[in-house]
Amino acid sequence: MSDHELRVSKIRDGTVIDHVEGGQALNVLAILGIDGSEGFGVSVGMNVPSDRLGRKDIVKVEERELSPSEVDVLSLIAPEATINIVRDFEVVEKNRVTRPDTVTGVLSCPNRNCITNADEPIETRFDVVADGVRCDYCSTILRADIAEHIDV
Amino acid sequence: MRQDHLITATQLSRDDIEAVLDRAREVADDPGAFADRHAGHVLALCFFEPSTRTRMSFDSAAKRLGMETIGMGDVDSSSVSKGESLSDTVRVIEGYADAMVLRHPSEGAATLAAEHVSVPVVNAGDGAGQHPSQTLLDLHTIRENHGLDDLTVGIMGDLKYGRTVHSLAAALTNFDVNQHFISPESLRLPRSVRFDLHETGAQLREHTDLDDVLGDLDVLYVTRIQKERFPDENEYHRVAGEYQIDAETLDDASDDLTVMHPLPRVDEIAPDVDETDHATYFEQAHNGIPVRMALLDTLMENAEADEETEADR
Ligand SMILES: [Zn+2]
Repeated sequence: MSDHELRVSKIRDGTVIDHVEGGQALNVLAILGIDGSEGFGVSVGMNVPSDRLGRKDIVKVEERELSPSEVDVLSLIAPEATINIVRDFEVVEKNRVTRPDTVTGVLSCPNRNCITNADEPIETRFDVVADGVRCDYCSTILRADIAEHIDV
Repeated sequence: MRQDHLITATQLSRDDIEAVLDRAREVADDPGAFADRHAGHVLALCFFEPSTRTRMSFDSAAKRLGMETIGMGDVDSSSVSKGESLSDTVRVIEGYADAMVLRHPSEGAATLAAEHVSVPVVNAGDGAGQHPSQTLLDLHTIRENHGLDDLTVGIMGDLKYGRTVHSLAAALTNFDVNQHFISPESLRLPRSVRFDLHETGAQLREHTDLDDVLGDLDVLYVTRIQKERFPDENEYHRVAGEYQIDAETLDDASDDLTVMHPLPRVDEIAPDVDETDHATYFEQAHNGIPVRMALLDTLMENAEADEETEADR
């Protein structure tokens, strides 16, 4: 049994998000809109030693299979993440996250004067561009600081 | 131009721009031919921010097309101060008008409005975002004086918050134009505008000193540097003073240099420039009428064509 399996127990059914950049696990949950109130088991491993990343975070969500469209937005903060779908203790599907074209409703615009920050009944919408995301309303470009603007 | 709304200059292709400017020429040559073209239609002038000339310019243009116009009165007395969302306001106004012109202090306001209504929306300024109808009249002015290719244009002043600058710079990438940007370090073009310019392959040449490029310019587009942009007044006077021009400044310029300004000016262009052949800003302001007539005519025509297509289905 390897090191990280000692820290975070195996799950029977659900989704394991592995190879999350160290420190981003809680942002991953925030982006997915999971705060524990849903009732399913959630376990988080943080700063687990990793060959590939040095240190990584792991997020396990029991009894819920996350679809690619749900997890692709994670690529913005955890580009190396792998998504494992688990059934009866076996990994039945393993995927990498891919960059989406747009991100809707997850991020808040850093431009305080943007109409999306003015109490309008709309969701934010960002285009994914070369090295960041760009507000569809005010064109502001958000780069390395994406995690600071997660709004869920 | 096959567009439903005019929200940002980045949406405009060279063909779009030339189609509107060709029509503006027709309007200028024979305004009578357009006089009743949109009789019976109503244009809503939704100005959530004080404006005199842009509002009057659209008002006049609409009336010269036979349209009626309605406005919101003082912004303070309207429902804005009662906390109604812009989304609701424009959906209500949509029922009163066949097209709307929107000026709003928040960036992205016109994009939001266009998502909520099916009548044409013209962005007449959204915060520090865009002001594309101003750009069309700027381009018309440049075209009538120089043509739009093989040109060197200098844009000077507040490039960070200047929405007319953001729209003009984006639109000029459709043409064979060398663009120079002259501003204090703190008021350089914002990242998003630079991004769009880079995407089109345009070269960005930035300067802090007008003297570096003045002699090469065919057009000098001057914008106002506002006091509010500086933490203290001394700093403002020191910096803004370096971006003011007078007749003497222009001694080193080409004889054919065209000096433009979206107006109102305060002291960035001295009155003695008015007497030179360079001064083109009043002509530029007057071009607002034929260009906005051409723009409204085009958008109304597109909306009517869309309606007919719907009816045929
Ligand atoms: Zn924004």
